[in-house]
Amino acid sequence: MFTQSAANRKTSNIMTVKERRDQWLGLAFASPFILGFLLLTMIPFGQSFYYSLTEYDLFGEPQWVGLGNYQKILEDPAFYKSLTNTFFMAFIAVPILLTVSLMIALLLNLKVKGIAVYRTLYYLPVAIPVVANSILWLWILNPQYGILNTILRAFNLPDPAWLLDPMFTKPSLIIMGLLGTGGGALIYLAALQGIPKEMYEAAEIDGANAWSRFRHITLPALSPVTLFQLIMGLIGAFQIFTESFIFANGATGGPDQSLLFYAVNLYQEAFVNLHMGYASALAWILFVIVMLITLIIFKSSLRWVYYGGE
Amino acid sequence: MEKRIHPRRSFAYHLKHTILPHAVLSLVGLFFLFPFIWLLLNSVKTPQEIFTIPPKLWPEEFQWQNYVKAFQSMPFFGYVLNTLFLVFANIVGQLFSAPLVAYSLAKIRWKGRGVVFALVLATVILPPQVTMIPMYIIFAKLDWVNTYLPLILPSFFGTAFNIFLVRQFLLGIPNELSDAARIDGASEFRIYWQIMLPLLMPPLATIAIFTFQGVWHDFFGPLIYLNDERLWTISVGLQGFLQEHGAQWELLMAAATMFTLPSVIVYFIGQRYFIQAGTQLVQYK
Repeated sequence: MFTQSAANRKTSNIMTVKERRDQWLGLAFASPFILGFLLLTMIPFGQSFYYSLTEYDLFGEPQWVGLGNYQKILEDPAFYKSLTNTFFMAFIAVPILLTVSLMIALLLNLKVKGIAVYRTLYYLPVAIPVVANSILWLWILNPQYGILNTILRAFNLPDPAWLLDPMFTKPSLIIMGLLGTGGGALIYLAALQGIPKEMYEAAEIDGANAWSRFRHITLPALSPVTLFQLIMGLIGAFQIFTESFIFANGATGGPDQSLLFYAVNLYQEAFVNLHMGYASALAWILFVIVMLITLIIFKSSLRWVYYGGE
Repeated sequence: MEKRIHPRRSFAYHLKHTILPHAVLSLVGLFFLFPFIWLLLNSVKTPQEIFTIPPKLWPEEFQWQNYVKAFQSMPFFGYVLNTLFLVFANIVGQLFSAPLVAYSLAKIRWKGRGVVFALVLATVILPPQVTMIPMYIIFAKLDWVNTYLPLILPSFFGTAFNIFLVRQFLLGIPNELSDAARIDGASEFRIYWQIMLPLLMPPLATIAIFTFQGVWHDFFGPLIYLNDERLWTISVGLQGFLQEHGAQWELLMAAATMFTLPSVIVYFIGQRYFIQAGTQLVQYK
């Protein structure tokens, strides 16, 4: 879409006065981002790699250690623990929550009176600040006094210790996440409303039932949005921090380090232990992992994402 | 109900098209409403009511003084002012940078704008941890740790999502408008300032609302940059209170409610902008 004028421009290599003026204006208007990209992204990005090859505690001078930090990371049990915990959230929690948000969106797409009120309501938990929400859930999930276990006991169901039991800490996060699915549902809903009605009508005439309409019209039409939400969700999983920090009373990782996520471990190394070099190496490994995952998903998306022609 | 347009619609029809959907929607709705209600109810209970088994759903008498006590046991008002200041400064920064950059990407034809737009999008998938440590080191060397500068400055350089939002909106505005002004000899900056900016109110309002929510909720930034308690925002203040006074749930809930209410109010005011932003994201393929 940017190359509309490329064809006419090719005929002559000389920039007109207007073109030259536009070149400068464009750069000037974009300069906040360009400057920020250099100062706050590119330079720190390079520095981060340099620091990852040093030992640095903020006070002295960085000491060159070559690949030493990377070697240490590969021998560090905390690294593997944080990676497993984070992968659990990325590859189990994210798909579950994405599926639920799609179901919520389908529900909010029903054509009934007052649907706008429901839409408002379903998004409400997203408006609760993470810290306030985590404190609230700390109380909801309290093994003795919490409302959840009270309900479970009333139905004679097992009442786990949730945030105190390493087996249940991450499922606790999923339960909490369920109430945040209004956000993802909102995006799915917008996409649902963009699917042409005629497609469903045509399918109905051909005798397609509700499930096959969903399977062959809705899902493919939503697939670009699913790709977007999946990638954002996976990136988000690598940023999980605050919930763990509140639940585990700091960057401790909680019971049996079951809440030690990648971002938590990195914070602990950088800002508590002041191992800036080691933490930078952790950040670079994270960068490579996120890039690989994004790449794999994009590659696979060629097979399952359907872009409707326009 | 008397004036039905289709008087012969059966009960089964209503069951399928009205009663059942509403039943399911409200049941699920209860689930989404629950955390907020539970927060409010627990903020007005006595400590005894909090620690009973089974929990009392409805407090005997609303203990509004929990709010007063919460105010007294932490400098809550100071936290609010600090957070509001950060919110305001960040909104100014985002409203400065996002439309400028977006205008360049959507309305000015120059070599390299495709690359710049690609870079804007690329920053979304870059994990913030990669740049976070060197940035912290730079800010520490500038002696800016324990000031608000590290939490404000970046907003003046623009954020991918906001730039994207304004750009999409600008692409929908016909060029004839600015072309006419250009023929009349208006400078590019005047066109931007006097013609474009007033048209950009919807995406700018969206940015203001999202920035409010983002900064109001932020925990990580204030946690690493603000050690001085006097500078704390509500997030870190509340976490500090939790760490010191753990078990005083009724006060924690009162403080958490005070923390949540402004965010919920802003959400109610700005709902349609959230929905518009959702649509905008979806339409981009």
